[in-house]
Amino acid sequence: MEETHHHTPDTIGDLKPPLTEVGVIGWMKANLFNGWLNSILTIIVLYLLWLTIPPLINWALIKSSWLASGEQCKAGEGACWSVVTANIRFILFGFYPHQLQWRPLLAVVILILLLLYSQNRNHWHKSLFYGWLIGLFTMGLLLKGGLFGLEPVESNNWGGLPLTLLLAVFGLTAAYPVGVMLALGRQSRMPVIKSFCVVYIELIRGVPLISLLFMSSVVFPLFLPEGMTINKILRAQVAIIIFTAAYIAEVVRGGLQGMSKGQYEAAASLGLNYFQTMRLIILPQALKIVIPPSVSILISAFKDTSLVVIIALYDLLKTTQTTLTDPQWMGYSAEAYIFVALIYFVCCFFMSNYSRRLEKELDTSL
Amino acid sequence: MNSKQADQTIDQAAIITIENMHKWYGEFHVLKDINLTVKKGERIVICGPSGSGKSTLIRCINRLEEHQRGKIIVDGIELTNDLKNIEKIRTEVGMVFQHFNLFPHLTILENLTLGPIWVRKTPKKEAEEIAMYYLEKVRIAEQALKFPGQLSGGQQQRVAIARSLCMKPNAMLFDEPTSALDPEMVKEVLDVMISLAQDGMTMIVVSHEMGFAKSVAHRVLFMDGGEILEQNDPEEFFNNPQHERTQLFLSQILD
Repeated sequence: MEETHHHTPDTIGDLKPPLTEVGVIGWMKANLFNGWLNSILTIIVLYLLWLTIPPLINWALIKSSWLASGEQCKAGEGACWSVVTANIRFILFGFYPHQLQWRPLLAVVILILLLLYSQNRNHWHKSLFYGWLIGLFTMGLLLKGGLFGLEPVESNNWGGLPLTLLLAVFGLTAAYPVGVMLALGRQSRMPVIKSFCVVYIELIRGVPLISLLFMSSVVFPLFLPEGMTINKILRAQVAIIIFTAAYIAEVVRGGLQGMSKGQYEAAASLGLNYFQTMRLIILPQALKIVIPPSVSILISAFKDTSLVVIIALYDLLKTTQTTLTDPQWMGYSAEAYIFVALIYFVCCFFMSNYSRRLEKELDTSL
Repeated sequence: MNSKQADQTIDQAAIITIENMHKWYGEFHVLKDINLTVKKGERIVICGPSGSGKSTLIRCINRLEEHQRGKIIVDGIELTNDLKNIEKIRTEVGMVFQHFNLFPHLTILENLTLGPIWVRKTPKKEAEEIAMYYLEKVRIAEQALKFPGQLSGGQQQRVAIARSLCMKPNAMLFDEPTSALDPEMVKEVLDVMISLAQDGMTMIVVSHEMGFAKSVAHRVLFMDGGEILEQNDPEEFFNNPQHERTQLFLSQILD
């Protein structure tokens, strides 16, 4: 045989890449115990984990009470999740009339189903748009009542999760297109449009959301003719949209500036007009580039909806706080806040996860 | 040469007329007193050192650059600030860029159907048929559903040519179509351009591909310092250049 000819093209072509993984032990040796410094760090971290994790599990799961009363909880050592289970309806729905709470629950379910269904880009047809219209109408009807024999409920009594989701979903979906328009306006050659957009963006970004909310609830009504009122939730909603749009605008502007001149010229040379160029060529690419920073803004805007407490709206965080003022449950803020944090986390995680998937799906480079 | 036999197909009607045209970038006088008439079916190659204004000149023809003085008339329409006229002219004059400028977020097929569907209002199905016809023509039909980033430079440039053709333009402008390509891909693009020439397309090509100029052009223009210094049929132009700067330029690129 020709075993001595090690370097014939055939044998070179058959060469496999060198092995990098040699089981768990090999991995640990390579990553956790390579050198004395890393070994010491690994041991310290393991010790800290040993100190914290078992007591935490003990507190949260093993010794915890789930359905006890406040008094019974005081006797136990572990977490008192009963603060959540006993008050779940108030935390989730606030002052919404007790026997009618199936209505906001159903509204939230419809919203979540619509969101889940809309995730898939294959579902993005006109019918989905109508689905949203019908869904929104149904949600509004369920919350407000007054039609089809549903008992009317004052919007002052809306609260908890539906309010938070309402403010967030509407706020973010309305803020995004407004922000895109502001970004385009800021690049406009028409001086009036351009300066309006610049002033708007800089003004709003220079002001904290709390002050906007405060102005919308206290200052703005002063300018309305006597006897005329605008719903408090709507005013908060508008403030959130105005605020978030300014941030979106700057992020989108960054994406627009990243577009090469050649794309504009190619579109122009085909005879596309400004709106077609933006809609078909520039925005699809620019918005794709800015998915990560936009989602950061959307996530922080979602969490900022909790600031509406300043104008006495009972969002999820406020209903939780209110629960904790009950003397029976006073000492259990950790448990209650962990629960609320989980809800916020699930929503934010959903957003960031989805954005990463969208980025991957829209990637056309290879 | 074969393609030159089409000489008699030149119509006497002018499709592009440029009269006493000037352009400035700020204080800098890029184009000086340009006069040029392009007849239907005529093929012109413009060459000259970099910075001579040759790209700017053809970019003025579809108003990617604005001229400040003089007249440009394309297909009977004078270029002014009127947006409608500009868009009309752009649909009649195709352009191929040095860096292809395909739309990376759209498939090859979508790149080609975009103009016909949105500008010409062609039904989608018909637009796709047109697109496939031209993709066949540039011999790249099997790539129709890929994205531009998945193709080689030469393939992308052929797609870009097909994209312009889908608008059924009356004239085509080429802005250094092969100068961003790896050497082995230049020929495939030139072959497509030669076959276009054989079909009688009116072409203005900014290029240093002298072989292409010799075999396809009716007229070669030499520009330097923003002026058209010399123009002649290719044979005279290459064998007997009149202007000393033309001689210098040719000696530099034909060594």
